[in-house]
Amino acid sequence: MSRSRLLLRMELRSNPEMLGVVRDALGQLAATLGFSEPDCRAVVRAVDEALTNIIRHAYLGDAEQPIEASFRRIHAPRDGEPEDALEIVLEDYGVTANPEKMCGRALEDVRPGGLGLHFIRECMDKVEFSRSNGKNQLRLLKFLHVHKSEKGSS
Amino acid sequence: MQIAARHLDKVTIFDISGDIDLATSPQLRKALLREFRELKTPRVVLNLGAVRYIDSSGVASLVEGLKASREVRSRLILFGLNKTVREVLQLSRLVKIFEIYEDEAQSVAS
Repeated sequence: MSRSRLLLRMELRSNPEMLGVVRDALGQLAATLGFSEPDCRAVVRAVDEALTNIIRHAYLGDAEQPIEASFRRIHAPRDGEPEDALEIVLEDYGVTANPEKMCGRALEDVRPGGLGLHFIRECMDKVEFSRSNGKNQLRLLKFLHVHKSEKGSS
Repeated sequence: MQIAARHLDKVTIFDISGDIDLATSPQLRKALLREFRELKTPRVVLNLGAVRYIDSSGVASLVEGLKASREVRSRLILFGLNKTVREVLQLSRLVKIFEIYEDEAQSVAS
């Protein structure tokens, strides 16, 4: 059975000025949980990019729309074994993301934009999008202990 | 984010500090495009040593600046990349498209 413990919940507006506040809080949370420095930066980067995507694409730049963020410590299965992880769920009520845009872009294509989703996927162990009842949900997962063999192959 | 400009002969140096993110990257983009498209500055050097964070919109602004520099046959040079900035450029796999030097002296003399 998976266990879940709520660590932090935030209700914020889709205002870019709030991104720095979230980054600072999340950096401290990740460090408190015992993530390494690179993993702390990765978690912060993924959430920052995800919030940026919500502000830009779901709310089309409107700075007054609601975003809910919850952070839980959970036991999640990994290779059949339960492992400690940080689960982050971001929810918004904006426009549904276009699945084609969610593929990101080829990195060889040197142009501005399209990097955010790539950063999120590179930084997290699991990235899941869903939509129900008019709400977009993005679930991000980062395992606390990474097997060396897997780290080398990423 | 703060941008302080210095001018040395035909070189403009931007000392950038703080966070480059969705809220602040338009300011960087605007400064770079003005420098290349309006002022036709031959060389713009960005001192990124005091940048605490840069996101994908910040990287996009750098790419736009680089493209604008190429349009007018100018140069955009970066130096003082700390761990965070270098990590993001490597993650974007764009690190090799930029001219990057260790310090200001090299950036100005190159």
